[in-house]
Amino acid sequence: MTALAWLIPAALVLGGLGLVAFLWALSSGQFEDLDGAAYRALEDREPGDRS
Amino acid sequence: MGITLTDRQVLAGATPAAPPTDLSHVMLAVENLNCGGCMRRIERKLSGVDGVAAVRTNLSAKRVAVSVAPGGPGVETLIAELAQEGFRAAELAHHDTTAKNCADRDLLRRLAVAGFATANIMLLSVSVWAGIASDMGPETKTLFHWLSALIAVPAVAYAGQPFFSSALSALSVRRLNMDVPISLGVLLAAGMSLWQTVRGTDHVFFDASVSLVFFLLIGRYLDQSLRSRASGAAENLLGLKAGFATVLGADGAGERLPARMIEPGMRVLVAAGERIAVDGRIVSGTSDIDEQLMTGETVPRTVSVGDNVYAGTIALTAPIEVVATKADDDTLLSEIARLMAAAEQSRSRYVRLADRAARIYAPLVHILGMVTFLGWMALGSGVETALLAAIAVLIITCPCALALAVPAVQVAATSRLFSHGVIVTAADGLERMAEVDTLVLDKTGTLTRGEPTLTNGADIADVDLAAAAALAVNSRHPYSLAVVRAAGARGLVFSPAAGVAETPGAGLSRDAGSGTGERLGSAEWCGVDASRDTIVAGAAADDGASTLWYRAAPDAPAIAFRFEDGLRADAAKAVAAARAGGLEVLLLSGDRTRTVASAAAAAGIAEWKARLKPDDKIAELARLKAAGRRVLMVGDGLNDAPALAAAHASLAMAEAAAISQIAADGVVQGQLLAPVIDTLAMARRARRMSLANFAIAITYNVIFVPVAMAGLVTPLIAAIAMSASSIAVTANALRLRTVTLRLEQ
Repeated sequence: MTALAWLIPAALVLGGLGLVAFLWALSSGQFEDLDGAAYRALEDREPGDRS
Repeated sequence: MGITLTDRQVLAGATPAAPPTDLSHVMLAVENLNCGGCMRRIERKLSGVDGVAAVRTNLSAKRVAVSVAPGGPGVETLIAELAQEGFRAAELAHHDTTAKNCADRDLLRRLAVAGFATANIMLLSVSVWAGIASDMGPETKTLFHWLSALIAVPAVAYAGQPFFSSALSALSVRRLNMDVPISLGVLLAAGMSLWQTVRGTDHVFFDASVSLVFFLLIGRYLDQSLRSRASGAAENLLGLKAGFATVLGADGAGERLPARMIEPGMRVLVAAGERIAVDGRIVSGTSDIDEQLMTGETVPRTVSVGDNVYAGTIALTAPIEVVATKADDDTLLSEIARLMAAAEQSRSRYVRLADRAARIYAPLVHILGMVTFLGWMALGSGVETALLAAIAVLIITCPCALALAVPAVQVAATSRLFSHGVIVTAADGLERMAEVDTLVLDKTGTLTRGEPTLTNGADIADVDLAAAAALAVNSRHPYSLAVVRAAGARGLVFSPAAGVAETPGAGLSRDAGSGTGERLGSAEWCGVDASRDTIVAGAAADDGASTLWYRAAPDAPAIAFRFEDGLRADAAKAVAAARAGGLEVLLLSGDRTRTVASAAAAAGIAEWKARLKPDDKIAELARLKAAGRRVLMVGDGLNDAPALAAAHASLAMAEAAAISQIAADGVVQGQLLAPVIDTLAMARRARRMSLANFAIAITYNVIFVPVAMAGLVTPLIAAIAMSASSIAVTANALRLRTVTLRLEQ
């Protein structure tokens, strides 16, 4: 039974991390342009480099 | 290393050199932004422009967000830069993407929270259910229930808000919608579970409560995101239509301004061949005006000083100067606005399928709950047992499948139509189209392509056609363009004739040296004398409007060129398909009787009316409505706008006037009429699918409600029953993505 004492919090924290990561990604606009993001991954210039 | 950018700043397009405070932001719609390469080319091109701080393309939305430093380039410069790269762009002045994005994001955020809660509570619940068979102690069970409560209560309170607020607003006007039983089910499930957890019993339904919210939010999010995608695409179409105008200053210098910035009283110069961007009155010049979009009339009208011209029409033959007037100064536009306001009122009374179902379903469910409670009381059991059974009924009947049934079908159908080039913007548009039994078409620009084609080409010798084309190539008049096209199609070689003068309302002339007097134009212009010329052309000189004459020299015989507004390539096929689908097809046009009659005959439409003004079209629709018919109106012109708003359902062609596109339920892109038939087929299919989904949901209720009334529902049964019915309904709806579309009776 002692296993539960740390297994349950661990499960909740890990799940919560996933949730927070998703909410962060959402608010930083990463789901704005799903089609474009696929191509941006192939670009080899640095972010912010405007040459 | 000085300043580093956070990812958020990079994504927002900010740079360390220019703090975002004093930048102005421009949103451009780009028509042919289709690939990753385009994105790179646009970003590279625009970020090379002086004064541009940041560029961010959005491939999904086909938009480019540009941040411009103070004193940077104007919108027109940016558009011109993009034109150099081959992109057609336009400014979106009143884009409300932020509001829509917020709604999208808000639902997605709630969906994420509900998903997290569902996953974790299911984990705990499955342990509890497994514990029934094994040896889970009562303390562990209680602990798990408390943990579930800790997750579920805040999750339901946050994620369920869209349903609660919708239910409240419906109740506040004393109506019932689907969200009322949903909210009741979710809240009762959570509330009762909390109470049972405190008492330490087994009747804990947290998983049912949270997963209900989760499933329903999926449906609502898909619906919302598709809706904003559709309205974004429609906004782009409109934005690309709105033009620029050359405004003349006091000193006579011209300045290009976006049409929306033009105020009444400004003087606007319209070049020959240019689309007029504003409504106004002519102060100088005479020109032929192509007014198809306004009146449906294919034959240009000659206007002169003092005449009114309308935005969207084209000055064909000569430049004119126009003073912009207010829209409400204007008889035709204000008349159309008035007719539209009246027409839209009748449509807002439409009740959607899901809401109609809710009106029957919601009271029924509440009565069943009450009957269960009273039944158990009558059988002599305690208040608690009776209450538990009654609440179980309300949880089981919470219309998860029912509320998913319609949105799932709508989303599948709308996204499939989207890929066929039909943008359905009205939320209930497809539902109304499914009920349609009469198809009313406009002629010019809808049934026809809206451009004249030469019909008697066989009677005209190659040498005459080439000579006429050499003259015609100097003009933007639709008939001239048609002559040039016909000559090109025949493979004739001709070079543009020099020294050609165009007289608006009459025709073209060329006096090469010693008064050869070559002329192309109206019968009057060419001095056609019925006694000698008609014989040569082999065609009767009828009303003269759709005939052009060519005379090579004053003493040469005149040759007639006859024109007709060509039907869209698949017009007859589409009409036949509509009729095969049990629809009656009517043609209502503002054009002249003779043209409408021949177009109707060619397309195979028996019933037609010509010379209709906008209010005549409305009257015609009212007559059909009174006869119990439900009309799908397809049109394009501004004169169709009130009819599009008044019809039971409506579609506008992509070339349509802006007001018509907004008035219609959807926009059809491309050169064919087939998408209209596809839309009808899809709408009917979607309706059948929705009803099938209702049947699935009702079957589920018929099986499980008696179980619930008997007080036999355990949390395990509730969880299985709810998930199974939701998945069955969604899977059924997804079949719409692959069915073949045929319009059937």
